[in-house]
Amino acid sequence: MVPFKILVAVCLAYVCMLFMVAFAAERRAQRGQIGWLRSPLVYTLSLSIYCTAWTFYGAVGYAARSGLEFVTIYLGPTLVLVGWWWVLRKLVRIGRSQHVTSIADLISARYGKSNVLGVIVTLMSVVAATPYIALQLQSVTLSFGVFASGAPEGWATPDQGATTLWLAGGLTLFTILFGTRNLDANERHHGVVMAIALEAVVKLVALLAVGIFTVWSVAGGFVDVLARIDASPIADWPLAPGRWIGLTFVSAAAVLTLPRMFQVMVVENSDERHLATASWAFPLYLMLMSLFVIPIAVVGLQALPEGANPDLFVLTLPLTQGQGKLAMLAFLGGFSSATSMVIVAAIALATMVSNHVVTPLWLSLRRGGTRAPGDVRGLVLMSRRLSIAGILALGYGYYRLSGGGAALAAIGLISFVGAAQILPCLLGGIFWRGGTGTGAALGLGTGFLVWLYTLYLPSFGTGGLLSETLMTAGPWGIGWLRPQALLGIDTLDPLLHAIFWSLVLNTAGYVLGSLATFPGPVERMQGVAFVNVFDHDPVARGWSRGGAEAEDLLAMSQGILGAEEAQQFFQREAEAQGKAGFLPETTPDFIERLERRLGGAVGAATAHAMIAQFAVGAVVSAQDLMAVASEAQQILEYSTQLEAKSDELARTARQLTEANDKLTELSVQKDAFLSQISHELRTPMTSIRAFSEILMDRDLASDMQQKYAGIIHDETIRLTRLLDDLLDLSVLENRKMKLNIKVANLHDLIDRAVRSASNIRPERDFAIRRDVSSEHMPVVTDTDRLVQVFINLVSNARKYCDAPRAEMTIHARQRKGGIIVDFIDNGSGIAGKAQTVVFEKFTRLTDTARAGGAGLGLAICREIMANLGGTIAYLPGQGGAAFRVTLPIRPGGRSDNADG
Amino acid sequence: MGRRILLIEDEPHIAEAIRFFLARDGWTVATHDNGLDALEVIRAQEPHVLVLDVMLPGRSGYEILADLRADAGLARLPVLVLSARGQEGERARAEAAGASRFMAKPFANDAILAALRDMAGS
Repeated sequence: MVPFKILVAVCLAYVCMLFMVAFAAERRAQRGQIGWLRSPLVYTLSLSIYCTAWTFYGAVGYAARSGLEFVTIYLGPTLVLVGWWWVLRKLVRIGRSQHVTSIADLISARYGKSNVLGVIVTLMSVVAATPYIALQLQSVTLSFGVFASGAPEGWATPDQGATTLWLAGGLTLFTILFGTRNLDANERHHGVVMAIALEAVVKLVALLAVGIFTVWSVAGGFVDVLARIDASPIADWPLAPGRWIGLTFVSAAAVLTLPRMFQVMVVENSDERHLATASWAFPLYLMLMSLFVIPIAVVGLQALPEGANPDLFVLTLPLTQGQGKLAMLAFLGGFSSATSMVIVAAIALATMVSNHVVTPLWLSLRRGGTRAPGDVRGLVLMSRRLSIAGILALGYGYYRLSGGGAALAAIGLISFVGAAQILPCLLGGIFWRGGTGTGAALGLGTGFLVWLYTLYLPSFGTGGLLSETLMTAGPWGIGWLRPQALLGIDTLDPLLHAIFWSLVLNTAGYVLGSLATFPGPVERMQGVAFVNVFDHDPVARGWSRGGAEAEDLLAMSQGILGAEEAQQFFQREAEAQGKAGFLPETTPDFIERLERRLGGAVGAATAHAMIAQFAVGAVVSAQDLMAVASEAQQILEYSTQLEAKSDELARTARQLTEANDKLTELSVQKDAFLSQISHELRTPMTSIRAFSEILMDRDLASDMQQKYAGIIHDETIRLTRLLDDLLDLSVLENRKMKLNIKVANLHDLIDRAVRSASNIRPERDFAIRRDVSSEHMPVVTDTDRLVQVFINLVSNARKYCDAPRAEMTIHARQRKGGIIVDFIDNGSGIAGKAQTVVFEKFTRLTDTARAGGAGLGLAICREIMANLGGTIAYLPGQGGAAFRVTLPIRPGGRSDNADG
Repeated sequence: MGRRILLIEDEPHIAEAIRFFLARDGWTVATHDNGLDALEVIRAQEPHVLVLDVMLPGRSGYEILADLRADAGLARLPVLVLSARGQEGERARAEAAGASRFMAKPFANDAILAALRDMAGS
């Protein structure tokens, strides 16, 4: 028999050893000698916190009561680990890339960094974990009781309540010492993980030792045990497929959603490849843990007196056989199971409570106050410590309230179903981009309430929190609302009933809520980041966090402000503090100024969140994240506007280009025109200058003098005419011609023109045929200008008509609304192509010598007719060159249409 | 007999003036008034120096010049280009086309004489 005091001493010694292991591991990690601290083996062993005191003691009890059904609790995790490639790997990848600190953080991050969801998940997790922690306290208390009384009944411990209280207090201290020694940004606890791995080994060795003792010492070996199993009622226990499926599913869900499992599996994971090892090693561990469960249960039922608690067979069997040391090992195994679970669960839950409830609350209360980094670090540590104490206090409270009456396995399952409520929005979050925060909140809330109502509250026992009448008749006598028979379905067993309804309603709420709402920008961004996590670079993004080091802040600021500007800012600040060099003290004042400076560059909320990464370790308040989100929204809207603006700009630029092309074209035309004018002016001037120089020579013969002076005279006239024409054209083209309207007989006008033109090539024999009778009609127009056009046409014919007996026919007639005069000669006419350019400026179809003009005549005619509201056009197919002049009977609007 | 010079110029008065003061200076002057058959005339006349107007009926002076420079027998013939298109870049364009000298109209008679003497002497 082991004295109680020695038991306590052994416990303390064991805890001290664990603490030393943890301390040593922490030291190694700090020196960077991670090495084997982070081996796949340690990772796998750390997963063994799944096997709590419930598994250690309770599995045997479960088997004694319900046969093989306990296997489902191992089956679920085995399936998850074997299928790690599908869900687990993705969770771990997301956890690393998003710097996730807990399951609440993951859900919150996925759904638009919504802190509301973080709070909901935290609350649910705490409520669900409470019975589980109570369970650990209960099992350790019971095991103490067994030793204290020395009786297999164990219940008779006089001081049970005090023992549990001492235990809860001790565990609180232990967890605080272990879990909040420092604030690590990634929430990695090398020391804790190492201690847990060690405890995993103790658990396994203890259970295997008891098993081997049972089979080969108590019973008569392997064959004997098989025979005993066959003979026992356990073998006859019927398999209930519904419960098997339900329990396997729930335990599989729990392994993903229990905060402590998430902590060791995702948060503490340092290498994705460890999953590959764990995928076979962890199921193997579970198999070894369950190997001797049935033999111990069967042999215990036979060897121990009637009424012995089967939950304690692992302990009482060696004790009754006088194996004190083996019993002590078994006790330590159970103690290890309980403590490792409580420690990790408390750490994980405390992180959640602190990050999602306490710190945001504190920050919102203290908004506007100083944000000294030290303050917040102290606050975070304190809030974690208080959270740990609070969580253990809750567990203790549940233990006292429930009276320790329920069997271990039943309590464990309540927790599992509670934790499983997170599953729909977790799986939806990593596989379905359409999941929204509203949907997640709706699903979680619904599932949680149904779980509370159908499983959690009834677990306090009939007449506990829910009254007897409510349980049997439903609230307000409504039968279909009975907690264990919703919608009147009372054929399921209460556990399956709760699993079914909570998860069905939860999933429905999640899916419908997601479909009915539209994800915000941050939510959508995070949705893509989560669902497509494997498309991204596996290297973790984000800031290296830790203390507010001036150097880190400088590095960050350089990224935002530019290297030189940031350096200048830091140097000025250092000078102001009276410090040499360029790194100032990170005083609150400095941090605030830096934040304002950065805020100018990236927006206030972003700047604050960024500085918070450095200044307050892991904590960024929910408000900060919300502000960043709305800033991102604004940027999005702004960029949409910008896009519209730039479209407009592109249109304007296109118009400008077109206008520019037109101007260039005009400018080319203008250049060509100027070049033409230059040529036309310089040519006569060249003759004038050359002959003037020749005339200066006094030796020149007088007849030559005469001749050359004549040339100078002619060229001067040519020059003058050219200038007149150019000026005339410029006035006409601008439609600024002053019209001198008179009434005249067309016949007289044609007479004037023919007479005037007769001095062109007067030596030439040139006949003009006219139908004089048809010419007598009145015209109302600028008669001088009209005559100018006629002269031009007659002169051209006199100059260019190439017929041997040149003659011109002038034919006038009046048509509806207009007077038409045709001028047709008998020459070879104008070739088709030239007909279109003949009215353009400087168009000469023959050489200069014969033309004697600059090629402006017809261009001027066209402009005059346009000014008079008429037209002039070439008439093809008339034998010779033919022009038609059309004039309105009354002087009308000026026409721009040259030849229409 | 003086050195032979061929003048291709379509403006009759200008051609007459140039012919007069060149002849008085001792040159043997031939004239031609269009661009179309200018190349044949040059080959037939075999002048020592060529005076070429740019704006000619038929073909421009630059086209004729390009053909000259591509012809092995005429590539080295000294050519004085005259142009009335007094725009910037005209001189550069003429020199690029292979002109030995360039003069804008109106010109000083003495300048033409000096240039031609220079070209014939070199």
